[in-house]
Amino acid sequence: MSNPENNAPERDEHTGVDTTGHVWDGIKELDNPLPRWWLWIFYGSIVVAIVYWVLMPAWPGLHGYTKGLLGASDRVNVTRQLAELNQVRGAEAARLKSVSLEQIERDPTLQAYALAQGQSIFGDNCATCHGVGGTGSKGYPNLRDDVWLWGGTLEDIRHTIEVGVRSENPAARLSQMPAFGRDGMLTSAQVDDLTEYVVRISGRKANAAAVARGAQTYAEQCVACHGPQGLGDKALGAPNLTDRDWLYGSERADIRGQIWNGRGGVMPTWGKRFDPETIKALAVYIHANAAGQ
Amino acid sequence: MTQPAINPPDSAPWGAQALYVFTGIGAFVAFLMSALTQDPLFRFSSLIFLTAFLLAAGVMTVGIANGRFRYDPNRYEDGVIRAGVIATLFWAIAGLAAGALIAAQLAWPRLFYFPEAGWLNFGRLRPLHTSGVIFAFGGNALIATSFWVVQRTCKARLFGGILPWFVFWGYQLFLVLAATGYLAGITQSREYAEPEWYVDLWLTIVWVAYLLVFLGTLWKRKEPHIYVANWFYLAFIVTIAVLHLVNNAALPVGLLNHRSYSAYAGVQDALVQWWYGHNAVGFFLTAGFLGMMYYFVPKRVERPVYSYRLSIVHFWSLIFIYIWAGPHHLHYTALPQWAQTLGATFSIMLWMPSWGGMINGLMTLSGAWDKLRTDAVVRMMVVALAFYGMSTFEGPLMSIREVNALSHYTDWTIGHVHSGALGWVGFISFAAVYCMVPWLWKKKGLWSDRLVEWHFWIATTGILLYIAAMWVSGIMEGLMWREYTPQGFLANSFVETVSAKHIENVIRLVGGLMYLSGAAIMSYNIWRTIRMPSAQTLAAPTAPVLIAAE
Repeated sequence: MSNPENNAPERDEHTGVDTTGHVWDGIKELDNPLPRWWLWIFYGSIVVAIVYWVLMPAWPGLHGYTKGLLGASDRVNVTRQLAELNQVRGAEAARLKSVSLEQIERDPTLQAYALAQGQSIFGDNCATCHGVGGTGSKGYPNLRDDVWLWGGTLEDIRHTIEVGVRSENPAARLSQMPAFGRDGMLTSAQVDDLTEYVVRISGRKANAAAVARGAQTYAEQCVACHGPQGLGDKALGAPNLTDRDWLYGSERADIRGQIWNGRGGVMPTWGKRFDPETIKALAVYIHANAAGQ
Repeated sequence: MTQPAINPPDSAPWGAQALYVFTGIGAFVAFLMSALTQDPLFRFSSLIFLTAFLLAAGVMTVGIANGRFRYDPNRYEDGVIRAGVIATLFWAIAGLAAGALIAAQLAWPRLFYFPEAGWLNFGRLRPLHTSGVIFAFGGNALIATSFWVVQRTCKARLFGGILPWFVFWGYQLFLVLAATGYLAGITQSREYAEPEWYVDLWLTIVWVAYLLVFLGTLWKRKEPHIYVANWFYLAFIVTIAVLHLVNNAALPVGLLNHRSYSAYAGVQDALVQWWYGHNAVGFFLTAGFLGMMYYFVPKRVERPVYSYRLSIVHFWSLIFIYIWAGPHHLHYTALPQWAQTLGATFSIMLWMPSWGGMINGLMTLSGAWDKLRTDAVVRMMVVALAFYGMSTFEGPLMSIREVNALSHYTDWTIGHVHSGALGWVGFISFAAVYCMVPWLWKKKGLWSDRLVEWHFWIATTGILLYIAAMWVSGIMEGLMWREYTPQGFLANSFVETVSAKHIENVIRLVGGLMYLSGAAIMSYNIWRTIRMPSAQTLAAPTAPVLIAAE
């Protein structure tokens, strides 16, 4: 072009290297060669890649792919590692299959093994809802006390884990507290009275007139599940109303809300996800950490 | 505005008239879309389209009536670059602030959890942060600097008349659609490609216009050769177009519905996604910003580029090798092992081609190293190149399957990304903006060089805190995840590994807030610079043939 700068390389004073003669907006370029170390490491990385291709599964073809001289395979590795893991877990894993829950608790070696497995499984699967220590929170039962909605024996716990509560499993533990207020089964005033009654039978002070009216409603609507004394029924998952343990809160507003809306949580069925011995281990772990029954 | 040179005095150029018609048609289509759809989320997006087109049509009506939109082909188009610089700073603050908020959510999940405001959920804010920083901040910086660089190194005004303005505003509309969509819960769940099909289509139109502007300007250049920065910018524009089209191939549920289903399924889908995702890193965050580096570093230090030959070899090797490295994002997954091998080995071969850019940048300073002491902008460039070098070494390292077995899914990856994004992309963009603003607004210099020093030191410390915290927490959680008890059970539950990272998460937030403060200091400095009285003449090292527009 007309600009002479674009044709004539010149010597750069500082480095003593020629420029290429190009100039753009005042920017010039030096005609330095490729740095040797750069080039050799680049070549080296290509050699490393080629060696890797020769040794490992690498290039696809029309029928399969190059398997590599080492015969490495992720699938084979996984199978081997799982076998090794079973080796580590040892004889206890196999014994867990045949023995009963009570036998596990009586055998210290087996129990220690089940507790270790249960703790690991609990942390990644149960703690999400029941809390890291299993102490639960509002709407999620505490597993460390002696209050059990569906029973706290080893077998009760194992069964609950296997089938879940209100889960998609047809054999799930099922029950439903009606939404007495929301569905219009009781008037608002009746729900208020019933709340007073429940407060009273849980051992607290309440409005005597309202309690008397509420007792009538309780006898008509609640007795079937919660029992005449309000002690609940584990076969139905109906909670004891006379103790100090409240899944959805102990205040009047909480109790009233529960009578009004009849909430019930869902626990998944784990029978399809875990094998039976894992569920056994989990039941032993939970049972051991609770004030068991 | 300057007086027109080629257009008749009483009519707008045909390009402006065509765009005017386009905005009218666009507004009508957007109106139909919002009126006819049954889908509230699609209506929400349609109304944003409608607002944008109506605003554009209104502005253009006034502009055409007042004889605007005419231009002098002998002057550079700098107005759109000025707008780009302001948009860059705006989106930097927005994207970094979103990042700080989600970092706070990770550090104190109970405190920053808003169950009644779904749009503040981590899952919605996270793409707002990533897209805000990569595409909004980075994208605007790339478009603005590419428009500056291509004009100066071609000695030609931007091609297309009003088209560069369409690119600018069209891109902002894309960003607003994407950002509001994320918050409303519209996503196709592809990382870095979350916007749904209609936003993708809009971006395609804008991106083709961008390609036309860039190619057209190269075509009418008055220099015999194309400068290396433009190779990188062109590679960035072309490859992003290809990646965008292939990865977003999808079938909408209906023409008036926001949902769509990907054209791919299963492991093929994952591979296409990470072919895209990795090359978004390669061609957006690497090639594009190398283009920026290749202009602003030699310009600022006033030294020749170190090696023309190195720039050719590392350009072509980078372009050729990068595109194959994507499978390293899918190590130890359902992806066939041979594909993982290829992903890892191409990543290893990518090490030196990446470093070619760092060498060319750093060695350009030979003869000007003293500027490191006196010029915080040069220091920012050098630190950018250092972080570039570090993260392009770390990348190949992490792509080795055995290393990846530890690093994958951990905070190490987050640290790696941020050393590249905060250190390289952020710093080279800040440096370019610091260079361009006095040129664009015809000032003698920046309002305050001391504030640049403050920006530099606060942001650098912030990056170091951030990535050091992520290395520690990443390696810690990687080791915790793989730890077994003697009986052969996992030793740590997931939630235990999360709570173990609390301190590191807090440090990460502090680092991020420092980086955000740096960007705020910069914005203040730039704002004060723009408000300074103009210098009489533009202090350019060489007299341009074209004159910068007012």
